[in-house]
Amino acid sequence: MSTGTESEVEPELTQPASGTDEAELEALLGDRAIAREEHLNAPGFVINPNDVQAVLSDLRDEAGYDHLSCVTAQQYEDRYESIYHLKKFADPTDELSIVVPTTTENPVSQSAEPVFRTADWHEREAYDLIGVEYEGHPDLRRILLPETWQGHPLSKDYDQEKPQLVTLTEHQNPIQPDHREADSDTMFLNIGPHHPATHGVLHVETVLDGETVADVEPDIGYLHRCEEQMCQSGTYRHQIMPYPDRWDYVSAGLLNEWAYARAIEDLADVEVPEYAQVIRTMGAELCRIASHMLALGTFALDVYGEFTATFMYTFRDREVIQDLLEDLTGQRMMFNYFRVGGVAWDLPEPREEFFAQARDFLDELPAKVAEYHDLITGNEIFQTRCIDTGVLEPDVAKSYGCTGPVVRGSGVDYDLRRDDPYGYYDQLDWDVITRDGCDNYARVLCRMEEVEESAKIIEQCLDLLEEWPEDERDVQANVPRTLKPDADTEIYRAVEGAKGELGIYIRSDGTDKPGRFKIRSPCFSNLQALAEMSEGEYIPDLIASLGSLDIVLGEVDR
Amino acid sequence: MSSDEPQQTIHDSTAPSTDTREARIGEGVDDRFNSRLREAFGASPFILTKFDEFMNWVRGNSMFMLQFGIACCSIEMMHTYAIKHDLDRFGAGVPRASPRQADVMIVPGTIVSKFGPRMKRVYDQMPEPKFVVGMGSCTISGGPFQEGYNVVKGAEEIIPIDIHVPGCPPRPEALIYGVLKLQERIKNGESSAVVVKPYELEEFGDLPKDELVQKLADQIDEDDLVMRYNWADSP
Repeated sequence: MSTGTESEVEPELTQPASGTDEAELEALLGDRAIAREEHLNAPGFVINPNDVQAVLSDLRDEAGYDHLSCVTAQQYEDRYESIYHLKKFADPTDELSIVVPTTTENPVSQSAEPVFRTADWHEREAYDLIGVEYEGHPDLRRILLPETWQGHPLSKDYDQEKPQLVTLTEHQNPIQPDHREADSDTMFLNIGPHHPATHGVLHVETVLDGETVADVEPDIGYLHRCEEQMCQSGTYRHQIMPYPDRWDYVSAGLLNEWAYARAIEDLADVEVPEYAQVIRTMGAELCRIASHMLALGTFALDVYGEFTATFMYTFRDREVIQDLLEDLTGQRMMFNYFRVGGVAWDLPEPREEFFAQARDFLDELPAKVAEYHDLITGNEIFQTRCIDTGVLEPDVAKSYGCTGPVVRGSGVDYDLRRDDPYGYYDQLDWDVITRDGCDNYARVLCRMEEVEESAKIIEQCLDLLEEWPEDERDVQANVPRTLKPDADTEIYRAVEGAKGELGIYIRSDGTDKPGRFKIRSPCFSNLQALAEMSEGEYIPDLIASLGSLDIVLGEVDR
Repeated sequence: MSSDEPQQTIHDSTAPSTDTREARIGEGVDDRFNSRLREAFGASPFILTKFDEFMNWVRGNSMFMLQFGIACCSIEMMHTYAIKHDLDRFGAGVPRASPRQADVMIVPGTIVSKFGPRMKRVYDQMPEPKFVVGMGSCTISGGPFQEGYNVVKGAEEIIPIDIHVPGCPPRPEALIYGVLKLQERIKNGESSAVVVKPYELEEFGDLPKDELVQKLADQIDEDDLVMRYNWADSP
């Protein structure tokens, strides 16, 4: 077996080793565990709907499962089910699934929100799309669909043909007098859904006390494109892969494709040739640089209205990367380059030209990064705007399930490329960047330094690819034309996307299409922390905080 | 001296035009007509054109775009505005953040049911005359998301569109071509035929009292604006 694929199946191999842990977990859960389940990525315990809070808080405090990565809800013929995917920030390969079944007649389950703050939105989404109700949830409303929507679209009895009504009431005129509460002098302000600072179609309902932000409530769903439904109606082999490109559409396509590729390859037990893994690693890091460049440019735009210099500089660099990626994949943004079991084709011919162009880019990068530091991070105005604004304490970040540069800017050393290695990352020499500032500045610096680390990775990949023997350049494994994983196999796999942990949960139902396809989007969890970061601060700091979270609405709403 | 030989007056002598002036308006008038512009155009200081044509020419050459990002296409739209492609070369490169300052709207992405009424509102806020470029497959038909329970099958269900740019997403070059085609149409005085729009903003009280309306009656006020969304009936 090649070393590249060994790392991919490693979590499965370590499962027997964690058997002792399982005994401890069984003891910890006691009678509350009413059954066992095995998911490909983790052991699963089935618990009663009334025990959710007790079990999750015990697991967090006693067993160290401090990261609620995802909440997946689904409907079976005879029941509803919520799955809490737990991980540890210290070791994300140590996973655990808590399965909470409820009856079809009365789909009520206890809310996990008091234990993990991140469950707030995840459970609202489960209620919205599937129809599971969570008892004790502070605010169980629809989150992605309009409030007046009828039915739950991913449940079994939903009829898509029925007409719906959508209101415009959420978007009331903010200067209407009735938006001032009678006995206070606060003011209600809509930011978005069409607003230049929201990076897309985000609606932030803000209550202001003077210039200070008193309350923030992000309202999402303006770009809910039914990505999960699309993936559930596509076949594993080819029809799903184009969609990940459109989740995080900021040129992070290959990173997203890898999330699906990793999940399906583990589910269908496909081994990826090492050569393809190196190409994937290189392409993914190019995407990461492009994505971070856009984050930097738009952040500068938000913070000091810089449409001319910084924005144009970052787009200049993005154009270079997009040219490289276009040579590699044939498209500028929606690459559709990964295949189940490898990549679509080898590097473009003549290879020397591609290598030369890529190396030119890498050679010029340090000077460009220095230029950005001159322009942006060294700028006194920028520092005044960013240092000590939008503070996100590490504990708060963990409770909200923040990942990626957001949590690394709060000093939490968590990067799936290193902690849950896949692809070729574990054989390359690079560092995980963390910053202790917890503020907007730390997050920006984190991204800029990650660009340099990505450049290191690409450089090593280029060296490897250049010297790769010509007769061992396998770009695809042998994969059956139709993939039909065994029925009721469940897997949750995550990769480190540009914004953080991008996870895919797939349950197969024995056909060539997934029975349930759930996307864990990093931006969805990161955006939840916005209220914590900006309440009590000035409104320009709210905009800066939103920019430093680097959300992309396609991934928040899916 | 005929007006179809204007160059002579610039390079040789101003006498012919002065003669003309004197012949036309006599003595004693100040020489404000004797401008360089008049020299350039010859004897007559006027260009004869229709005011409409002049306005169309102006509109086409100075388009204020609405800064309107929806989905994936907005990234390519930003690339079109930024260096290398630089839409400003064609007099269309200054995105305005407010719809009240804009006259062209590029719709760059998928329209979903929740965003539909908001996009209609933004479009309504733009002053006349206004033009729309639909960017990408999603604004044509819903594109790859057409089957989605929440997706509007094309922006033309809600607002009239002048130019469709296909692609997923279209390359910046394609968008530039689309914008140039729009400029051409504006200069020629062509505007889009207003299509039938299935999705309109209506007051809730005006809707026919069907089952759905009855069900929502206690949630929605009579005078709230609503938009019907019907996945099955749209093309």
